[in-house]
Amino acid sequence: MREVVRRYGVALTGYMVLACLAWTLGLIVLPELMMVDYSFRPNLLFVEIGGPKDVHTLANYETLWRNTIHLSIFFKTIWGSALVTVVTLVMCYPLAYFLGQVVAADRLSTYLLMLVVPFWINEILRTFAWFIILAYQGPLNALLLWLGLTAEPIRFMSGDGGVVLGMAYAYLLFMVFPLYNAIETLDHNQIEAARDLGAPTWRIHWRVVVPHAKPGIAVGCIMVFMLTASSYAVPAILGGPSSRWFTQIIYDWFFEGQNWNQGSAYAFILLLLCIGFILVMMRLFKVGLADIAK
Amino acid sequence: MRFGEVTAVRDVTLGIRAGEFFSFLGPSGCGKTTLLRLISGFMEPTEGVIRIGGRDMRGIGPNKRPTALIFQNLALFPLMTVAENIAFGLEVRGVDKETRRKKALELLELVAMPEAVDRKISQLSGGQRQRVAVARALAVEPKVMLLDEPLSALDLKLRQHMRAELRAIQRRTGVTFVYITHDQGEALTMSDRVAVMSRGVIQQVGDSAAIYDRPATPFVASFVGENNWLFGTVRNVAGGHAVVDTPFGPLRGRAGPGVAAGGKAILFVRPERLTLVDGGATGPDGLNRLEAAVSHADFEGNFANIFFSGAPGRRDIVLQLTNDGAIPNLSAGTRRRLAFQPDHAVVLPEGELASE
Repeated sequence: MREVVRRYGVALTGYMVLACLAWTLGLIVLPELMMVDYSFRPNLLFVEIGGPKDVHTLANYETLWRNTIHLSIFFKTIWGSALVTVVTLVMCYPLAYFLGQVVAADRLSTYLLMLVVPFWINEILRTFAWFIILAYQGPLNALLLWLGLTAEPIRFMSGDGGVVLGMAYAYLLFMVFPLYNAIETLDHNQIEAARDLGAPTWRIHWRVVVPHAKPGIAVGCIMVFMLTASSYAVPAILGGPSSRWFTQIIYDWFFEGQNWNQGSAYAFILLLLCIGFILVMMRLFKVGLADIAK
Repeated sequence: MRFGEVTAVRDVTLGIRAGEFFSFLGPSGCGKTTLLRLISGFMEPTEGVIRIGGRDMRGIGPNKRPTALIFQNLALFPLMTVAENIAFGLEVRGVDKETRRKKALELLELVAMPEAVDRKISQLSGGQRQRVAVARALAVEPKVMLLDEPLSALDLKLRQHMRAELRAIQRRTGVTFVYITHDQGEALTMSDRVAVMSRGVIQQVGDSAAIYDRPATPFVASFVGENNWLFGTVRNVAGGHAVVDTPFGPLRGRAGPGVAAGGKAILFVRPERLTLVDGGATGPDGLNRLEAAVSHADFEGNFANIFFSGAPGRRDIVLQLTNDGAIPNLSAGTRRRLAFQPDHAVVLPEGELASE
């Protein structure tokens, strides 16, 4: 802190601190606290707020356990998010390794640019692009039919296939970059040393590359899981009626049912789930908060 | 070995004997690292063949060759313990845990570090890491150990200690060592034979005495050790000696390969072979004489280097005197006579010299 004041002077530092504080408090902390407070209160008519019926209760949280449909969707969301995380990890590891260790330095920026450019387009639009590609009469089915791989078109978007694919794609960069950063710092000589000692490729990855990339893997998984569990647009667009996502239920409570209290409770449960996942990952991979922040 | 337009190594025909400690000596960029990577299998030669134990190594990758490479920065695995590092090659070959640990301990005994078996790499000093790297390479029982300037990152005292250690390990295990370095002290003290390289070409192969006392090319004469260069034209060649007309007068030395009358040549004489004398132009004992003015002197502890102004446009002539307590105090500008024996000097045709 002293360093910052020394570099920028008291006034500027004061402004920076105040601005951050105002932003964090006003836009994040206070709304969250309000929401948590809402979640403990029953859904009352406007006139009854402040009256005798306005008590703190756990009723909103109980609704989830009693409602089997919502509960099953909740667990499906957890399972789906975990699946997307694993799929994204498997897809991105070879890519990150290729970028971090194989590509020559002068070609690297070209590849990174190619990777990043599609993400300049809005997430919703990209999801709609997948909607078109995966449609029953869309280009992917046309290609499969033309290649003779299937006899009739596949319904990608009824069920979870489309959603998983769409989300794995949407949050790809959040997995690639932490992985790439971690793998890039690996001394290439170690890979060569392992090979020189006789190791086949899989063992080099298993014993040398993956242990080194562990912080990157942890960060990537955390990011993707959190984003997936709280994703609204992608499941809404790419999911059929049988694959509703927990976020859609929260949305419904707020906007269809006008029950902000219930919605807040559900949202808070989702938040707890994500925090829980982060803590588990941190324990499992032995990563600290500082590593994740980096 | 060609990379596009650049030929990194050319026309190397060389046999390294089993059980030999062989060094490649040369400045950076001379191609010695390329050679090492070719032998270890990380590169395939664009022309030519590499044979180990009589077997053609073409198409055989580094993990299948009977070689073990020790990298310049050692490349130990930081996330594994010392024992795991050493046993890695065995782990790859499917050896069971107990035998691996036993072998690791044996090798640690060999490099005199048995107590470090479960330590992390980050807890080791530079010299200790060196020894772990050597043990790791020996674990796979290679036919040839390849060492890429392993001592360059160590300080002087440690380097000298490790030189002796590596030599001892090589003798004890009998494995062929191929060592590359730009430090000629290392190459000369450790090796059975040395190949001096410059710009991708091997200049000379021989044992330490041959390289030092009987250089075959001006590069070898100027790169290995300190040497004085006296330029001139050859007057005549007779009985294995050549007389060269230099700005200091005619001087006689042993004739090296390729010296012919009338050709341009360089006479090389080592600073420690020069002596200060009083007296005439050429002594009756056949000693060469040259007269020069003192430029400056460097006192280095166990010896002193006295610099004399050389021919115009050429470097100083250096005289090295051992500190026997009687080093004369010579002021700049003093003219003195230097002498040397003809057999202590080598005459070679003008050619590439080591850069300063």
